[in-house]
Amino acid sequence: MASLRLLLAKPWVWSFIGAGLVWLATVAFTGGYGGGGMITAALSLAVFTVIVGVGQMFVITLGPGNVDLSLPANIGLASAVAMKVMDGNDAMIVVGLLAALACGMAIGAANYLLIRALRIPPIIATLSASFIIQSIDISYGRGLQIKPPPGFADFTNWQVFGIPVLAILTVVFTIGAAIALQRMIYGRSVLAIGQNIRAAWLAGVNVGRTRFLTYTLSGALGGLDGALLAGYFRGANVDIGNEYLLASIAVVVIGGTSVAGGKANVPGVWGAALFLVLLLTMLNTFGVSAGVRLVLTGLIIVGVITAAGGQKALR
Amino acid sequence: MAEANADIIRRDGAERHFGAASMDIIRLDGAEKHFGAVRALAGVDFHVAAGECVGLVGHNGAGKSTLMHMVAGTLMPDSGRIAVRGGIEEHYSVPRALELGIRCVFQELSLCPNLSVAENTRINHASLSGFGWRRRAAELIAAKLDEIFPDHSISADDIAGALSIGRRQMVEVARAFTVTQDPLELVILDEPTSSLDAHTAGQLLAFVRRFVASGKSCILISHLLGEVLGNADRIVVMRDGKIVASDAAKAFDRDRLVTAMGGAEAREKITAEIAKREAGPLRVRARPARQDDGKELVAHAGEIIGLAGLAGHGQTDLLLAIFAAASRAKTGIEVTAPVALVAGDRQSDGIFPQWSIVQNIGIRSLARLRNGLLISPQREAELATFWREKIGIRTPDMNNNIFSLSGGNQQKALFARALGSDAKIVLMDDPMRGVDIGTKLEVYDLVREEARNGRTFLWYTTETEELDNCDHIHVFKNGRIVANLRRDELTEEKIIQSSFGDAA
Repeated sequence: MASLRLLLAKPWVWSFIGAGLVWLATVAFTGGYGGGGMITAALSLAVFTVIVGVGQMFVITLGPGNVDLSLPANIGLASAVAMKVMDGNDAMIVVGLLAALACGMAIGAANYLLIRALRIPPIIATLSASFIIQSIDISYGRGLQIKPPPGFADFTNWQVFGIPVLAILTVVFTIGAAIALQRMIYGRSVLAIGQNIRAAWLAGVNVGRTRFLTYTLSGALGGLDGALLAGYFRGANVDIGNEYLLASIAVVVIGGTSVAGGKANVPGVWGAALFLVLLLTMLNTFGVSAGVRLVLTGLIIVGVITAAGGQKALR
Repeated sequence: MAEANADIIRRDGAERHFGAASMDIIRLDGAEKHFGAVRALAGVDFHVAAGECVGLVGHNGAGKSTLMHMVAGTLMPDSGRIAVRGGIEEHYSVPRALELGIRCVFQELSLCPNLSVAENTRINHASLSGFGWRRRAAELIAAKLDEIFPDHSISADDIAGALSIGRRQMVEVARAFTVTQDPLELVILDEPTSSLDAHTAGQLLAFVRRFVASGKSCILISHLLGEVLGNADRIVVMRDGKIVASDAAKAFDRDRLVTAMGGAEAREKITAEIAKREAGPLRVRARPARQDDGKELVAHAGEIIGLAGLAGHGQTDLLLAIFAAASRAKTGIEVTAPVALVAGDRQSDGIFPQWSIVQNIGIRSLARLRNGLLISPQREAELATFWREKIGIRTPDMNNNIFSLSGGNQQKALFARALGSDAKIVLMDDPMRGVDIGTKLEVYDLVREEARNGRTFLWYTTETEELDNCDHIHVFKNGRIVANLRRDELTEEKIIQSSFGDAA
């Protein structure tokens, strides 16, 4: 009983409860048909939201005003870069992944340069950067649909006992991210800066380096995500990352990370990503039209964020 | 002590008997308050008469703040009665207190940092509405500032967050004395001079005397016993949630107050124990940016260097410049060892509000607390426990949030952060403001001990008494060092002379 109460006090529990409820509702509607397959599909799709969500979480935790709006453009460009470098050749998979990572890191570093050197607020800096990135992507990709190498496409869709391997790897990665957040100097520095940037500086935290690393990390994760998405959906595309603007921010907030900064948690990103994907599946299963589906998704996100915010005010 | 108690009871009894209660602005009978298992107030009888300035003293945690929250209406007693001007108040609250003319300036600065001085004033005066409210609010606050602090140089258009902490406190105090609709009978001043220099503090206290002479009342809480002795009509001493002495101010002197407050052994003047120390290696050499003559601040290992003068005359700026120079080379400043800073403005420069006491202490030493790549929770806890013992942080559990501590203990945690680090140079930015005398004496001892072990301290303080702990004192004026005194040359007059004199 006591341990249950302790569990309920964790901010991330609610996102998992939400995901569970949505799954139950859908399974109840289909009369128990396809419950397992739904989880497999949800895991495969949630992976992409989790990867960028973790990057966004570190950025948002840096404190008010910090957010990376360049992720969708970043994902789009990186997907094109990865596919072009791989060029349908299985031998080039690793090189292509590294190229996508490098592309993302460069974008992240450029974002921080804009914020730091030109003293532009992060929202404006990353948003304007995303226009530039998108233009580069359009001229670089030329609207070509380059197919991923078969080995890479198979890898992104590989399952073991109904569990996507990519999801397992992402779980390992998120455990690493959680450890970095709580137990490494980098994570502590991010949390300190998010609570009070001046106090962090006066306590000896290397503020500049931490912020630089955070934006670069977010960019790198966006780049990786782009490559993986291109493999999963069998081709690069300028618009491939569009839905991850709202999704990356929503999973951070629904997952229990404070929008005001200084307080973050990684498990919640998983719960919230599963919740969002399952929600879409549920609405599809109910046969709701696309327009209504979008409206409902928006309303539910607003509702969850309001509820989460209300909880915080009580404390 | 029993004698003192008997004294209060007799006096209170006599007053009740003669119906003197109707003269009281406020009276609390048998007020009790518990926070969980902690008994903050244990049946306190307290009153303030019209035209009286009551001084309230006691250690941090003695119950002063709880009692004042009840007078101001922010807390209700668990049991006991509150009466204002003889009438029992059943549903006492902040709006009711304001309606009755009872106001409070709490220690935590409450101005909205993003609003101007005039706009902050408007918050307290709903009647300033319609066209031109901003101008009327500006006039109101400017007139009051002029009255309390002549030559204050604060504009009503200044944004509160851009003012120095001393000026914010001046605005805060002045705002409490402005009058529009509600009457003004009693003002609670909780550490009103903690961020003020001697000059402005004097202006404020003189104003309080004029205010009281006009028949109004005041409660003055201060850890500077001289201020209370010199300005209160009656002094109430609290300890462990009880009133342990209450008498005319004339009947007290410093020693009797300290004895009544308990705990702190009579403060012995730090005698000339500057055992002629060999000057250690050079740690800091710094010239303020605006210094135009050759004066500079030089500190060696094991020295305690005082930075004195009026508040806001460049002491903090120099400390921050030295802090910055430790990580990035800067012209005019030479720093040869790691630096840590103890903030004075705790909320904006020191505390991480989401974190436990342990994490707040550990943040400066993370690199040393690692085991491989990861921070070891065990080592972090050991560091915190060591300093909890050494500096006496009073808490049941170091894993509690930092805000579970009283102000003085929060400050101790910040000291622990700096002293527990690898820093050889510790910068102190007036860290003792609003801290009780017991805590202060403990920390002074610790600072001298650490200096004997070779640490260097640069200590900015607004309290002249603290300079007794320093080997050298630099007096600042307008961003420059105007005098450099050894401790044996130090007198209050010399500091005041240098602070106010024409720049040499």
